[in-house]
Amino acid sequence: MRHRSTSRALYELLSSMRFAISLLTILGIASIIGTVLKQNEPYNNYLNQFGPFWFPVFEKLELYTVYNSVWFLTILGFLVLSTSTCIVRQARPMLRDMRSFRESARESSLAQFQHHARLGTSLDADAARQATEGYLARAGFKVRANPREDGLLLAAKQGSWTRIGYFLAHSAIVLICLGGLLDGNLPLKAQMALGGKVVTSGNQLISDIKPESRLGLDNWSFRGNVFIPEGKSANVAVLNVQDGILLQDLPFTVSLHKFHLEHYDTGMPKRFASDILITDNATGKSVEKTIEVNKPFEFDGIMMYQASFEDGGSRLKLVGHDLRPGSTAATFPAEAAVGDSIKLANAGLDYTLEVGSFRAFNIENMANEEAAETNTIASLEKHLGSGAKSPTKKDMKNVGPSVQYKLRDSAGQAREYQNYMQPIEQDGAWYLLSGMRESPSAPFRFMRIPMDEDGKADTSLAIRRVLLDKGRHEELARRFAGVMLGPDAAPAIRNRMQETTAKTLELFAVGGFESVGKFIESTIPEAEREKAADVFIKILEGAGWEAWKIARASAGQPPLEMNGVRARLLRDTLNATSDSLHYGAPVYLQLESFEEVRATVLQVTRSPGKPIVYLGSLLLVLGVFAMLYIRERRLFVLIKASGEALVALSSNRKSLDVDESFRQHRDAIAALLNPNAGPSARS
Amino acid sequence: MDIAQPDHSRLLRPTGIGDWLFALVLAGAAVFALRQYGGFMDVYDKAILLLVVPGLAAIGWAWKPFRVFLAAAAALALGSVTLYQGDLARAEQVFFLKYLISSQTAIMWMSALFFIATGAYWLGLLARSDFAEKTGSALTWCAVTMGTTGLLVRWYESYLIGTDVGHIPVSNLYEVFVLFSLITGLLYLYYEGRYATRRMGAFVLLVISAAVAFLLWYSFSREAHEIQPLIPALQSYWMKVHVPANFIGYGAFALAAMIGVADLLVRRGILASRLPSLDVLGDVMYKAIAIGFAFFTIATILGALWAAEAWGTYWQWDPKETWAFIVWLNYAAWLHIRLTKGLRGPMLAWWAVIGLLVTAFAFVGVNMFLSGLHSYGSL
Repeated sequence: MRHRSTSRALYELLSSMRFAISLLTILGIASIIGTVLKQNEPYNNYLNQFGPFWFPVFEKLELYTVYNSVWFLTILGFLVLSTSTCIVRQARPMLRDMRSFRESARESSLAQFQHHARLGTSLDADAARQATEGYLARAGFKVRANPREDGLLLAAKQGSWTRIGYFLAHSAIVLICLGGLLDGNLPLKAQMALGGKVVTSGNQLISDIKPESRLGLDNWSFRGNVFIPEGKSANVAVLNVQDGILLQDLPFTVSLHKFHLEHYDTGMPKRFASDILITDNATGKSVEKTIEVNKPFEFDGIMMYQASFEDGGSRLKLVGHDLRPGSTAATFPAEAAVGDSIKLANAGLDYTLEVGSFRAFNIENMANEEAAETNTIASLEKHLGSGAKSPTKKDMKNVGPSVQYKLRDSAGQAREYQNYMQPIEQDGAWYLLSGMRESPSAPFRFMRIPMDEDGKADTSLAIRRVLLDKGRHEELARRFAGVMLGPDAAPAIRNRMQETTAKTLELFAVGGFESVGKFIESTIPEAEREKAADVFIKILEGAGWEAWKIARASAGQPPLEMNGVRARLLRDTLNATSDSLHYGAPVYLQLESFEEVRATVLQVTRSPGKPIVYLGSLLLVLGVFAMLYIRERRLFVLIKASGEALVALSSNRKSLDVDESFRQHRDAIAALLNPNAGPSARS
Repeated sequence: MDIAQPDHSRLLRPTGIGDWLFALVLAGAAVFALRQYGGFMDVYDKAILLLVVPGLAAIGWAWKPFRVFLAAAAALALGSVTLYQGDLARAEQVFFLKYLISSQTAIMWMSALFFIATGAYWLGLLARSDFAEKTGSALTWCAVTMGTTGLLVRWYESYLIGTDVGHIPVSNLYEVFVLFSLITGLLYLYYEGRYATRRMGAFVLLVISAAVAFLLWYSFSREAHEIQPLIPALQSYWMKVHVPANFIGYGAFALAAMIGVADLLVRRGILASRLPSLDVLGDVMYKAIAIGFAFFTIATILGALWAAEAWGTYWQWDPKETWAFIVWLNYAAWLHIRLTKGLRGPMLAWWAVIGLLVTAFAFVGVNMFLSGLHSYGSL
């Protein structure tokens, strides 16, 4: 007995509105967690973010996969339970209520309705009945007549379907939750717990992965990615689970012919599409198809989507420029594919090249920033007209291919580089750009190597080589002093000049302008620094010009005349040389040619819950509209033998519409019952 | 208390020659659009176009002034298209385009008109001036007309940039803010007519003005109004149904919240003699939340269907999806409490006001503070 009352109480609680509202609130709050904390990131990111103490705590609480966590699913489970018990509890009374006309309602209870009125009638009972029944039918009511002692009660109702709406909407919630559960990762968890499947690491060859980490063709619910380079094929999908992967065998093989990547003029992506060939492993039947974003394809009950794309191992030819001072073999060739990691072996270099990514084109805005418009009217004018014009000047240009790679030294320290293949114009001159950064979160700092009159970087690099060669500093200093002072200068002055120049070159060769600047700061009083800096720059430019002459002479080229363009090249070379001393690696890899290979990433899913969820969604919409917009009304007209009629109206909702519709029905019925009284006959 | 129009069940029937004419013109316009622009549509786009005809006809039958509004907006948009003659540069050369009905100009007019309308409604409320309130109404009608014209013309302009760029202007934060302003304006105008009172305008127009202020800031300081092409994930007919349905929801929730504010003030005796009775305010609040909830449900489901096609899964707890879910839960709870519990009183009004904060976060906050798949408009 006691047991029964406990379960009864539990049932009451589960089906109560209070419980349901509390659940909705808790579910809402719980959902917020997963939007604040990024979900399904690599575990390392969380470890970095939270530190070694909190990381395992949050992992235990399943905060990295909130929506698949046991506690979240438990709350959802309670919602399903609460909704179900609510349906069960409401079903019988609601259905009874739907069918019933309540034709035995007493006059005394009708008279207590909020909406009721007593009307007089000039018709006899039969005529009154006919008129009223006709009216009720016209107004969309279903009527049941009950002749009884105190008169004839016409019990009419409409909009009972709103109750069906309740069942539709609430069973929809249950269906959607159950369908979602089938497509979530619960089936996978079950297989891991019961079928002995274990997650494995992602850094291994597919063929090395053991059977306990492979899911068979009989798996009826999964979502994974298939990676296929152009010209290759694949028949397994990779499922990312926790901090590792599982492999899902597919009943077919997908080969990628070509991956299409199109862009708008603005550089925004326009189209991602994969031309694929799917071959059924069992029958050998094959289909050609193009899969695009928003245009998935179903084969063998498995849906395939264009998820993303990657480099499929583009092959790159590079030219290495040895930046070490005094190096004899100035350039050397290197070949690598994206994803490769190769040793750079050239005259004692000890670096590993890791090619990270390649981009066949880069679209950049090359326009200079305009001065902001200060005049309000003019600023408003700029915002009138069509939505097509850009208020700021834009000059979108494809600046060509780029490669991103890491150079790792023998100590394991790596720096990342980004090099553009083609020179880029800046302020009227052309440069090869090479960016360097020490951590992935830092922005690239660019070294700009100026192009010479032949459109090559050779001149600048040759000047650099002479400038940084310690063995040449004496010679450069002597020549510069000679040019500056002329042949007749006193030897003491000449020596001082020569010494200063050699010292400047030595400083510059250590850390570029930075070393020179530090030297100025530490030795020269503040008031004279600016002047001194000018002198040092003059010296460096002069020595640079001498270095240029030397480089030309040793290459067997005729001497040059100085002009504006060459002066600029020289200044740019000094800048590039200075930057190269902070470049972090003694080699600059110039991209010479490439053969691009793309790879597509297709998402493949089998989601058995989808039709259930869709059915649930349909029911939900129908249910919500039925509940909110079908109005249940019950109209009672008691025609009494005494020639009086009682009109009463009830509704399942209280709203202003009810007042209005009662007034209409009352007035209409009053007019019908008193056909000769004219329009003013109102009670 | 007087309700201007009779029971709803009668509303969806044509009642005169005007209604039939309206439906006929709509059908004609759809056929014209199919013939003229059918080449840019796939079969789903065409189906949506055809379904819009009965939808708009039903709205026009239920709410007569809507017919005039739609006709005016369509006429202005067609006028604009005619003046353009297929050449974008004419937006700078033709006077009427430059200063009236090119898309940006029309949207600027909408903004200005909404601001002035807000002032007029407040003047009407505080000075008990019928004339000022009528002016407020008229200005609001003009504002939604200009806003609609602006969006329609923007649609056309996007195709003038390039046929591969053209798309319905509901694709980024700027465009949907225009949509939000005019849907909220239209919903308000509907209730204004239905309850025959202009007293709520002062409050509802405040939230529209706030949206417009954001829109102007977004346009002037972030240059967000430039038409951008669509990224691959957005190139789908689903956008045409998902986004507008969503904004009927957002607009209705915003309206309900402002009525909630009015409700709370009346309960404290502030402006009580000027504002409608608590019965009316409560009824409008319920109606707005009901319509908002119904459309928000549809929008979320349409979004799920689209997600299944674009991202391969109908629900993946992306921040935007999750916040949509939270909004949905919030209003589901509100409706349960009012309908099943029969609760009335200040709590519902408070809840509607707080609901707007939740909705605003789902609408704008997610884009600002959280990252996810729905990052189509950042600030």
